[in-house]
Amino acid sequence: MAAPKYPSLDTLALHAGQSPDPATGSRAVPIYQTTSYVFRDTEHAASLFNMERAGHVYSRISNPTVAVLEERMAALEGGVGAIATASGQAALHLAVATLMGAGDHIVASGSLYGGSHNLLGYTMRRFGIETTFVNPRDLSQWKNSIRPNTRLLFGETLGNPGLDVLDIPAVSAIAHEAKLPLLVDATFTTPVLMRPFELGADLLYHSATKFLGGHGVAIAGVLVDSGRFDWEASGKFDTLTAPYAGFHGMDFEEESGTRAFLLRARREGLRDFGACMAPMTAFQILQGIETLHLRMPRHVDSTRKVVAFLSGNPAVQSVVYPELPNHPDHELAKKLLPHGCGAVFSFEIKGGRPAGKRFIESLRVFSHLANVGDAKSLVIHPATTTHYRMSDEDLKKSGITAGTVRLSIGLEDPQDLIDDLDRALKAAAK
Amino acid sequence: MNLEVAGRRVFAYTAAHDLDPAKPTVVFVHGAGLDHSSFALQSRYFGYHGRNVLALDLPAHGRSEGPPLQSIEDMADWVASVLGALKIPRASVVGHSMGSLVTLEFAARHPEKAERIAFIGVAFPMKVAAPFLEAAKANDYDAFDMHTIWGHAAQVPLAANPSPGMWMYGDALARLERLAPGVLHAGLKACNDYAAGFESAAKVKCPALLLVGKRDVMTPPRAAQALQEKIAGCKIVTLDGSGHALMAEAPDATLDALIEFSRPR
Repeated sequence: MAAPKYPSLDTLALHAGQSPDPATGSRAVPIYQTTSYVFRDTEHAASLFNMERAGHVYSRISNPTVAVLEERMAALEGGVGAIATASGQAALHLAVATLMGAGDHIVASGSLYGGSHNLLGYTMRRFGIETTFVNPRDLSQWKNSIRPNTRLLFGETLGNPGLDVLDIPAVSAIAHEAKLPLLVDATFTTPVLMRPFELGADLLYHSATKFLGGHGVAIAGVLVDSGRFDWEASGKFDTLTAPYAGFHGMDFEEESGTRAFLLRARREGLRDFGACMAPMTAFQILQGIETLHLRMPRHVDSTRKVVAFLSGNPAVQSVVYPELPNHPDHELAKKLLPHGCGAVFSFEIKGGRPAGKRFIESLRVFSHLANVGDAKSLVIHPATTTHYRMSDEDLKKSGITAGTVRLSIGLEDPQDLIDDLDRALKAAAK
Repeated sequence: MNLEVAGRRVFAYTAAHDLDPAKPTVVFVHGAGLDHSSFALQSRYFGYHGRNVLALDLPAHGRSEGPPLQSIEDMADWVASVLGALKIPRASVVGHSMGSLVTLEFAARHPEKAERIAFIGVAFPMKVAAPFLEAAKANDYDAFDMHTIWGHAAQVPLAANPSPGMWMYGDALARLERLAPGVLHAGLKACNDYAAGFESAAKVKCPALLLVGKRDVMTPPRAAQALQEKIAGCKIVTLDGSGHALMAEAPDATLDALIEFSRPR
C-alpha cells in the first residue's frame, strides 16, 4: 500500500482554501465585496450567531474571500487556521490582546521592527501590559526575564534590521518549560524559507504587505495558530480556559480544543477591535501567494549576488547577512534557513551619514521608501526612518549605526541592481 | 463537566449547560485519536435546543484520564457507566468512526439505555490497514499522516473548509499530536479486533441512522451496507461531497441529518 502524501507547498500556494465558486464556477478566487450574508431563515440565523453552524454573518468577523487567504496561509504554515488582519501590526496586537490583559508581561527580542517595538514598549504599556526586551542571541536573558505574570515570548525569525536569526528550537524550549507560547514574526522568511511551527513556535504572523503580497499594493497581516500549545495544561490563560461572559459563558478551550486561540481571537478580537481585512486586500495578497514559491528563490539568489558584490567593495565598511561567515548567526542560519536568509539585509557605507545620503540619492533602480519585500528593489536608512523613535542605546541593541543602509532586493535583473549600487557607491565616495 | 468513573477523571462537554433530568440526553462518542471537539458544532446545537448534551472524551483522549480502553465492548460499557454515574437512565447516542462501533455495541449490550443511535462514518468489519496499525504501534508520525489524509476526502487539501479560516489537515494533526504514546494504536486495534458487529446489529431495538460520506476512503459507504441490512428499520443518509470527517467536511448536512433523525415520530 502506497503511503499517503500531502500536496506540496507549491500546489497548496495555488489551491488550498478554495473550491471553484459554487455559484459561477469561477476558477479565480471571487472578491465577495459584501458586508453581510442573507440568512436562510430565523433558525439558521440564530444557529450562525450561536456557533452551531459554520458560515458567514458579517465581514468584520469572516468573509469568503478573506477565508481563502486564511486557510491557504494555515496550509502553507502547517497551522490549524489563521485570521487575516488589517496589517501586520494588527496581527501582533490581536495575538497579544487574545492572550493577556493588564498586569501581564511579555519577553521580546530587542531586535524588532520599529513599529513592533513601539507597540510593545510604549503603547501596550499604557494598557498595563509590560515588555522586557532581551538580546535575542542570549538564551539566559530569555529565561531570566520570565516572570510569574509572563504570558508570551516573542521574536522575529530574522531580526529587523540586524538579521539576528532567532534560535526558535532553543527559545521555544525555554517558553515551553515555563508553560508559555512562543510567537514569531515570520515576515522576512515566509513559509518558503522557514516553517516556524516545525521548529517549535506556537503562533506566528506575517506582515502580508511584504513578500506574501510581493507587489506593494496592499497593507495586510495574517495571524496563524499551530494548535499545538495546550492552554488548559498551561493554566496561565484565563482568556481561553475560563468562561467568558462576553460570549455566553464560553470556555474556548473546552469548546474547541486545538482551535481555542483562533476562536477567541475571531469572536472577541475581530468583533471588538475590528482590525479585519477587506476582501479586495485578501484577493490582492492571494495573487501574490500564488507565485510565492517562484519568487522567493529568485529574491534569495539575487540577494546573494548583491551581497557578494557589496562584500568586496572598498566603499563598504561591512555587510550584515547571515550567510556570510562573519555573521554571528552564520552556523544557526545554515541549520534553520538552508534555503536562504531572505532578501532584506543591511550594510554600512564608509563615510557615515553624508555618504549614506549621497548614496541613496544617487540610486536609480532602487526606490527610497519605507517598505520591504516588494518585487521592486528598495532602500532605506533605518536610523532616520523605521527606527527613528528608538534611543541610541536601543538602536545599538538592534545592531544599527548612523551609517546603516537597508536593502530589500527585488526581482529585477541582479546585474542591473549591482550596476545601480556600484554607480551610487562611487557617487557617495566623491 | 468533570466526573469520576471507575476512579478516573472523565470529561464531558455539556455546551455550558447543567444537566436537567427533565430533558432528553444526547451522547456523542468520538473516533480513534479524536476528542469531544470533533462534534463541536453539532453537540453545541443540541445543547442549545432542549437536550442535555454529553460529548465525551474517551479515556486517555482530550481531558479524560487514561489509560485507554482496549476493546469496543469495554468502551460501550464505559459509556453505560458514565450514564450511570450521572443517573441518566436513557439517552440517544451518536458515534463517529470507532465511536460508531461503540454506539452499536452500547445499544446491543444496554438496550434499556438506548433511545436512538446514529452512526457517522461507520463500517463493519472496520479493518485497519496493516501499515497504519504498525505505524501507530510504533508511535511513528506516519500514523498521524495516514489518519489525517485517509480521514478526509481527497479534495479536502485543495478545497475550502466550511468553517472560515480553518485548515482541516492542520487541526487533525494538532489534535493527534496531543495524544500520549500508544493511545491511537489502542483505538485502531480495538476497531480492527471488533468482531461482534453483525450479532450486535441484530440485537438493536431502537431507531438507528447511518450517515456516510460518499468520498470516505477509510470507511467507504459500501462497507456500511451490510450493517444497515442487519439493523431492522435502519435508515441511511449519504453525503455526496464528504469523506470520513463528516462533522467537519459537511457540518450543516451532518447536523441536518441528526436533527431530522431526532424528531419525535
